[in-house]
Amino acid sequence: MQRIRWQLLVLVLVVLLLLAFPFYVAQPFLQRTMILVVMWSVLGLAWNILGGYAGQVSFGHAIFFGLGAYTSTYLFTEWGISPWLGMFVGAGVAVLVSIVIGWPSFRLVGHYFAIATIAAGEIFAVIFRNWKAVGGAVGIYLPIIRGDRLIDYQFQEFKAGYYYIILAMLALIVLVTYRLERTRMGYYLKAIREDSEAARSLGINITRYKLYAMMISAAFTAIVGTFYAQFVLYISPNTVFALAISIQMALVAILGGTGTLLGPIIGAAVLIPMAEYTRVYLAGRAGGLHLVVYGLLIMLISVYQPAGLMGIYREWQHKRAARGMVNDSLPVATAEGGADDAVA
Amino acid sequence: MSPELVLFLQTLVSGILIGFVFSLLSVGLTLIFGVMDIVNFAHGEHLMLAMYATFWMWTLWGIDPLFSLPVVALLLFILGVITYRLLIRYVLDAPMLAQIFVTFGLMVFLRNLAQVLWSEDYRRIGDTLLSGRIELFGIFIGRPQLFASLGAVITTGLLYFFLKRTRTGWALEATAEDKEVAGLMGINTERMFALAWGLGLASVGVAGALLATFNPIFPEVGTVFVLVTFVAVALGGFGSVPGAFIAGIIIGIVQVLGGFLWEPRFKTVLIYAIYLGVVFIRPQGLLGRR
Repeated sequence: MQRIRWQLLVLVLVVLLLLAFPFYVAQPFLQRTMILVVMWSVLGLAWNILGGYAGQVSFGHAIFFGLGAYTSTYLFTEWGISPWLGMFVGAGVAVLVSIVIGWPSFRLVGHYFAIATIAAGEIFAVIFRNWKAVGGAVGIYLPIIRGDRLIDYQFQEFKAGYYYIILAMLALIVLVTYRLERTRMGYYLKAIREDSEAARSLGINITRYKLYAMMISAAFTAIVGTFYAQFVLYISPNTVFALAISIQMALVAILGGTGTLLGPIIGAAVLIPMAEYTRVYLAGRAGGLHLVVYGLLIMLISVYQPAGLMGIYREWQHKRAARGMVNDSLPVATAEGGADDAVA
Repeated sequence: MSPELVLFLQTLVSGILIGFVFSLLSVGLTLIFGVMDIVNFAHGEHLMLAMYATFWMWTLWGIDPLFSLPVVALLLFILGVITYRLLIRYVLDAPMLAQIFVTFGLMVFLRNLAQVLWSEDYRRIGDTLLSGRIELFGIFIGRPQLFASLGAVITTGLLYFFLKRTRTGWALEATAEDKEVAGLMGINTERMFALAWGLGLASVGVAGALLATFNPIFPEVGTVFVLVTFVAVALGGFGSVPGAFIAGIIIGIVQVLGGFLWEPRFKTVLIYAIYLGVVFIRPQGLLGRR
């Protein structure tokens, strides 16, 4: 009991610290980095629903990111429809496309599925690069709107507006993932990941549940796509449909730990500041340096600790719990077990 | 011959020529896949390294690609064995996620290392012993391209001969078939896995040296070829060497003809569409077994 109250306190503290962030950190670079960390946490968690829980590794999520960005931007620049509305239209488009891609692709497993998503992603990139109506390879510039009204989804003076929007998205996807972990569907997805044949023989409609996972994943990725378009105010096929987006989404989740709630957030919190700092301070020639380190980290993690940073943390926790069993009375160990559960 | 026909034949020939190179690349990938069920996502980056190796030997020491080719192949063979010993060995029995991510991490690592070390500049090898072109029945063929496809055919042939006609080749195929039984028969499967990586990368090495004579060299050059290679491997049937060979040629032809008859910009779309079509309709590929 004591443990759970402690955790609630920590949670409240973290939430307060996050909410107050723009007030105690004023430096634009740090604010921007924080926004990106939260944004990539959401993207990593979105990828995680399909790639982590259901175990279907996608390297094509830029499709949904790009569709979200392009749909809202096109509706706004051509027809003056608010990006808020466009965001949901974009999510709808992404969900439809996820069904079209997912339905046939889910017959493929493992490597075959991963390669199919790369191919699908490249097809979208090429189509948008050559689609004149949406700006072709040049892309679309969004008009700058001054005055900072919430309805415009643009914040030129009060940059923290972006921060609170993306933070709200993070809260939403954390809630969804938290619920998912505790509902039937979450267990179905894990069963599919661990042994899809066994899951099928237990009567789980595996294609349907993979599809559900992909739809949720696509919808969240698309709304972040809209956010990105509003934040950067410029989109092009080479930025929003890039394979690099798909890869980074996967990286964030893998580094932190796939199939966990905190993993992708930890992954983003480690990776994105590293990327931003190297980008700014080692600009130019050493531009890819942070990616060299990423690559190294991913290799090391897949060889020594496929469960990511969360796996390392859990192992440490288990060791501590084991030591606790020896030194203290048993209830401490069970309390540790409870803590493990709440964190994971 | 009418000018259209000449142009058509010209396109067709260039498609077949590049197709042979695709074949060689695909054979390297399918060999590794066939023996140990692991897709080398860093395949394109290994190609990139081979191209840079050729480029630097030419730039620094003036070694013509014709002569650096065996050296590059050997270097890549060694790299393959090292990659197996240091990385792949540890994920053989790991969950599939770990298997995908390990070569994926290698891809990210190598590509960006190249960017840091050698910058994003496009580099080219100037005039080599192979420069120039020949004319055949009104069709022009670049000598580097011709040589590349010849080299690719010879290398693929040698590899095939090795697999089918030598004892080590049989052992390799036996390991691909069933590693437990192969192990019981006294085959050192550990060595076979290392050999598969060595040979797979050596063929990429040859392809890289050949491609470097007429292609720009830059850190992301791998992506240009690797997706085509994945498609060819899937089309030929994962693990099938003759399948990959035929598929490589088909894709070379489709790529140029698609560009010629339809829209050059959409030729890549056509190739990915082939991949998706193949894996959905005939997941085992043309010559694959499952």
